[in-house]
Amino acid sequence: MNSQNTYYKTFTVLAVLLLVCFFLNISLGSVSIPFKSVFSSLFGSTENKIWQTIIIDFRLPKAITAILVGSGLGISGLLMQTLFRNPLAGPFVLGISSGASLGVSLVILGSSLFGGLLAGSIMSNWSIVIAASLGSFLVLLAVLAMSSRVRDTMAILIIGLMFGSITAAVVSVLSYFSSAEQLQQYIFWGFGSLSNLSWKEILIFFGIYAIGIVISVFSIKSLNSLLLGDNYAKSLGLNLKQSRLLIIIATSLIAGTITAFAGPIAFIGLAIPHLTRQIFKTTNHKILLPAVFLFGAIVMLICDSIAQIPGSDYTLPINAITALVGAPVVIWLLVRQRKMMF
Amino acid sequence: MKTANQHTILKAEQLSIGYKTKKKETVISDNINFELENGQLIGLVGANGIGKSTLLRTLISVQPKLSGNILLNNQALESISASKLATQLSIVLTEAITSKNLSVFELIALGRQPYTNWIGNLSNEDIRIVNNALAQVNIPDLKDKKCYELSDGQLQKVMIARALAQDTDIIILDEPTTHLDMYHKAYILKLLQKLTKDTKKTILFSSHEIDLAIQLCDKMIVMQKDSVVFDEPCNLISNGVFESLFPGDLIKFDNTSGCFRVKK
Repeated sequence: MNSQNTYYKTFTVLAVLLLVCFFLNISLGSVSIPFKSVFSSLFGSTENKIWQTIIIDFRLPKAITAILVGSGLGISGLLMQTLFRNPLAGPFVLGISSGASLGVSLVILGSSLFGGLLAGSIMSNWSIVIAASLGSFLVLLAVLAMSSRVRDTMAILIIGLMFGSITAAVVSVLSYFSSAEQLQQYIFWGFGSLSNLSWKEILIFFGIYAIGIVISVFSIKSLNSLLLGDNYAKSLGLNLKQSRLLIIIATSLIAGTITAFAGPIAFIGLAIPHLTRQIFKTTNHKILLPAVFLFGAIVMLICDSIAQIPGSDYTLPINAITALVGAPVVIWLLVRQRKMMF
Repeated sequence: MKTANQHTILKAEQLSIGYKTKKKETVISDNINFELENGQLIGLVGANGIGKSTLLRTLISVQPKLSGNILLNNQALESISASKLATQLSIVLTEAITSKNLSVFELIALGRQPYTNWIGNLSNEDIRIVNNALAQVNIPDLKDKKCYELSDGQLQKVMIARALAQDTDIIILDEPTTHLDMYHKAYILKLLQKLTKDTKKTILFSSHEIDLAIQLCDKMIVMQKDSVVFDEPCNLISNGVFESLFPGDLIKFDNTSGCFRVKK
């Protein structure tokens, strides 16, 4: 649209802010490393091998994960809010996080029930990732199978919510029969975590994430016409079923991998699109999509920097920080604006 | 009295409309015949529940016909692809748009979607057409307003401008005058009449404003319980079509004034 030019300045500011947050994020941590050494470690010209390992193998992967998680959740939240015409929709309305938690709870909590099969198995990073992906994939498949039968987009939303209730019920039954240690382990997974990803894992993460983003970019035009409603979108030549399916696939790829690798990170997916709309006064997804990308990445980096409490050995659960930081902001915005537009 | 540059845009032959389920067919109305030409304003009137919306939904191919033919530019409606149909037929519906956060310009520009590239970039030509549509419905000053700031009458003009920007041969409007006051009802219908003359487009609208439609339309489609009549308003009056439109216990059509009167 013709208002596009006026957003270049805002985009530049956000991009610079993203860079600043990125470097701030990798220079802060339990071990304090001077800013100058952070740079030299990044470009491999430092004498201090320990610092270099910390930066390259721990902080850099974590910062990249934060960017992928923040931007991905923001974008899938945006897609869902437009598809479901509902400002309360988020990336997990299709049952992705509940499916993942079901998978993970079966592995962690179910090990006592299905003893023989998994007894003594080590809860490696990968078994959690696989359980989470399988769980979210299966629940999503069920939601998709049913949504192809219903014509109303709103019904898909409700089907997704119902699946969430079912999995939550299964998880509570499993919790009832599990030991305290297993429960703790499950709860820790539920906190979400951006750390502990190896470069190999990040590569797989990024690959699937990128496919989802590409599909989202190709859905920009249909997302814009969906702003008018289904019938108008159809009258503009949109293939409604196909576009709806593509948007759902993009969301599940992005939100699914994020949940598998970083756990069910709440709030970001719902809040970021709303925060972005406060700055970018447009509904055009061609502008909103990159804006949400930048905004999500920045917010996630900031949340992560807070979570690791610079200079201390403690790392707070990232899920708590995202909500603690984000919820008051959204409340403040709503009270100021008095209405939520999307 | 067909002149050389007049041609048929939308034609219905022996059309039967209604709902089809696996078990049975519910016919709402059948034996519908009409022929709409370019540059004509056509009003569709009838009592509540008679099937006006069903007919319009069938014509904009939201719901399948039961039998008969619908020809758009001499081509069977069901054989036209969605993307091609979008360049021939545009709509204004009664349902509210999903996002009231759209600016007026953005909303009208969405009408250009059938012509834009994969990501929806507007060319200079597209922008010219959008601005032209704004001018045609007399709302250039609303350009940067958000839709939630508009009154019902303004929003209706914006939706008409969007349909204009889609640059189709025919525009179909479902009850464009509901929720509007008397002045704006007349304003919108007068605007539609002016647009048919200026742009040579065909405009078909359904309405309950029978008296206004009689004064402004070139042709009217009158839906009744057992028949659908298509003719010029003056012929419809002289044939007494409007008298049998509603049950006779409350209101009566006055032939001389072309209005309905409440029985004293």
